[in-house]
Amino acid sequence: MKAIIWQGTNHVGVETVPDPTLLLPTDAIVRVTSTAICGSDLHLLDGYIPSMERGDILGHEFMGEVVEVGPGVKKVRVGERVIMPFNLACGVCDPCQRGMFSACDNSNPNHRMAEALYGATSASGLFGYSHLFGGYAGGQAQFVRVPFADVSCFAIESDLRDDQVLFLTDIFPTGYQAAENCAIIPGRDVVAVFGAGPVGQFALRSAQMLGAAEVIVVDRVPERLRLAEAAGARTINYEETDVLVALREATGGRGPDHVIDAVGLEAHGHGPGALLDTAEQKLRLSFDRITALRWAILSCAKGGTVSMPGVYGGLVDKLPLGAAFNKGLTLKMGQTHTHRYVRPLLKRIQEGQIDPSFVITHRAPLSKGPELYKTFREKHDGCIKVVLDPWA
Amino acid sequence: MPTAERAMFGVTGIFLLTVGLRSGSPFHKLAVGALGAGLAALALSGRSPVATALKIRQNEDGEILVSDAVTIGKSADELYAIWRKLENLPSLMKHLERVEVLDERRSRWTVKAPLGYSGGEVSWEAELTADEPGQRIAWQSLRGAQIENSGEVLFHAAPGDRGTEVVVRLTYRPPGGSAGALIARIAGQEPSQQLRDDLMRFKREQELGYHPTTEGQSSGRVSKGGKA
Ligand SMILES: NC(=O)c1ccc[n+]([C@@H]2O[C@H](COP(=O)([O-])OP(=O)(O)OC[C@H]3O[C@@H](n4cnc5c(N)ncnc54)[C@H](O)[C@@H]3O)[C@@H](O)[C@H]2O)c1
Ligand SMILES: [Zn+2]
Ligand SMILES: [Zn+2]
Repeated sequence: MKAIIWQGTNHVGVETVPDPTLLLPTDAIVRVTSTAICGSDLHLLDGYIPSMERGDILGHEFMGEVVEVGPGVKKVRVGERVIMPFNLACGVCDPCQRGMFSACDNSNPNHRMAEALYGATSASGLFGYSHLFGGYAGGQAQFVRVPFADVSCFAIESDLRDDQVLFLTDIFPTGYQAAENCAIIPGRDVVAVFGAGPVGQFALRSAQMLGAAEVIVVDRVPERLRLAEAAGARTINYEETDVLVALREATGGRGPDHVIDAVGLEAHGHGPGALLDTAEQKLRLSFDRITALRWAILSCAKGGTVSMPGVYGGLVDKLPLGAAFNKGLTLKMGQTHTHRYVRPLLKRIQEGQIDPSFVITHRAPLSKGPELYKTFREKHDGCIKVVLDPWA
Repeated sequence: MPTAERAMFGVTGIFLLTVGLRSGSPFHKLAVGALGAGLAALALSGRSPVATALKIRQNEDGEILVSDAVTIGKSADELYAIWRKLENLPSLMKHLERVEVLDERRSRWTVKAPLGYSGGEVSWEAELTADEPGQRIAWQSLRGAQIENSGEVLFHAAPGDRGTEVVVRLTYRPPGGSAGALIARIAGQEPSQQLRDDLMRFKREQELGYHPTTEGQSSGRVSKGGKA
């Protein structure tokens, strides 16, 4: 089959690799019909997530049709049209039972590596996201092996197009959980979103669904800001104005009640903090550039929430923890508990509250994937979200 | 720490520090230099750098201590019953080759020969020193064992209906003291990591009935040209 392969930092390519096979009785094989590139994949392309190996199959936002199931699979049937959350969860451990699927105890075969870096109990497994997170082959491919099939596969029975349900695998739940973590008081709370990429776009729309009085979106890419405005957000271009002053002004001097960091570890920025981050990241002294997170903490109103769907991988420096402490902020973060949100958000799509396909700017065959990784990273050609067809 | 060991760390430390400072690459300068400075400082302070820097825990008799714990979604009675069948132990603790039960209290344990021993296997006799159903099992090697060791496993209910906390504590005297333990670690025979892996494997076996794996999966590393 054809698959997008990580060939080293800054290099991805399409290669022909063996078709996946069932490795455990609880696996299924899915023929992929649509697969997307995520902002998280850019962290892999850029080499900021450790433990990638040449030859790894990328991709964690994909859907398709079940073509084979192992003898231990009870619910999923061959022929079913399914979407899979990007994280892998066993469904039986204590965190899974409590709905904390991205904290699953049992899905990461490389728990040893994750524990060495992150301490007590391992991070869960993820599709196509480095050996630290299990080393599972991803779904930017014609076929994919789906472990824990009965827990992973969500059947889509309606006649919604792939475009409309594909993002239930990751970015819609991720934006939604980021907004939910803010515990927005409807009609009262103002929410700021840093980053108008796909995750920021879904965070904005989710904050609106949850009743935010106003949402302010910060980025520097004009077409991304326009897409946010189209949804009714106020926007700030952080390259044209002092973002902290602008946010204060927009909120009567209080600051936004909650701030969502939908940027993560590759934030751009200016000022001494940003320069230091870049130097440290280059020297591999720290992994993460945290301009957006700094702004989030500094701008947030007292008693507010800083919600962080943006990914961080390692160590950070010059985190304004004193500001967070003395303003009594709540910090919420983590990989999304995607499984929890698939059905409720599917319902919202079916009811017409949102059509997630609004975010797609580029559709192409899988073979164009490597080029589009770069287009997406450089934000060329108005690129906001790429969906690939493995069979075109 | 013994004088010889201390001198060795001092010399190595200063050597690395010099190499680090001379290095052209700023990253090497920092990493190697820092390691060198650290070793030199440890040598000066007189603490055993092998044991402390590598977090090898020792008791006053110089025995190595290894312990870890895991929470498993099963009852204490069920888990106890599995451990109490001593013949099961090799499937729970991977460094064990065999355990043969000799009588009520005595058993014969065999491991692949660790570093520092000749021959393919080492075995010793052990006796149960405690057996409290559903709570605790403890054992100790008998006098004359080549590797003196003891251990216990404890089972108690985790708060809030989360199953059972299983705690394992092992004590042993490695050949060559803490330096021997260091060499074993470098050679990949690292007992605390081994125990962690053993406990996670036990948990997954009990909760899932199998082990998650990616072994044999498709990738761009295996031979190209699969059916497309
Ligand atoms: N928590 C999760 O489970 C989860 C899931 C999916 C994605 N993510 C993460 O969410 C983040 C965003 O993903 P995406 O797909 O939207 O990526 P993206 O790269 O398309 O979007 C990031 C946006 O942030 C903007 N930006 C950069 N620096 C900024 C700054 N200092 N202030 C404001 N905006 C800034 C960029 O211009 C860009 O538009 C990534 O870190 C990704 O890894 C997390
Ligand atoms: Zn993603
Ligand atoms: Zn689980």
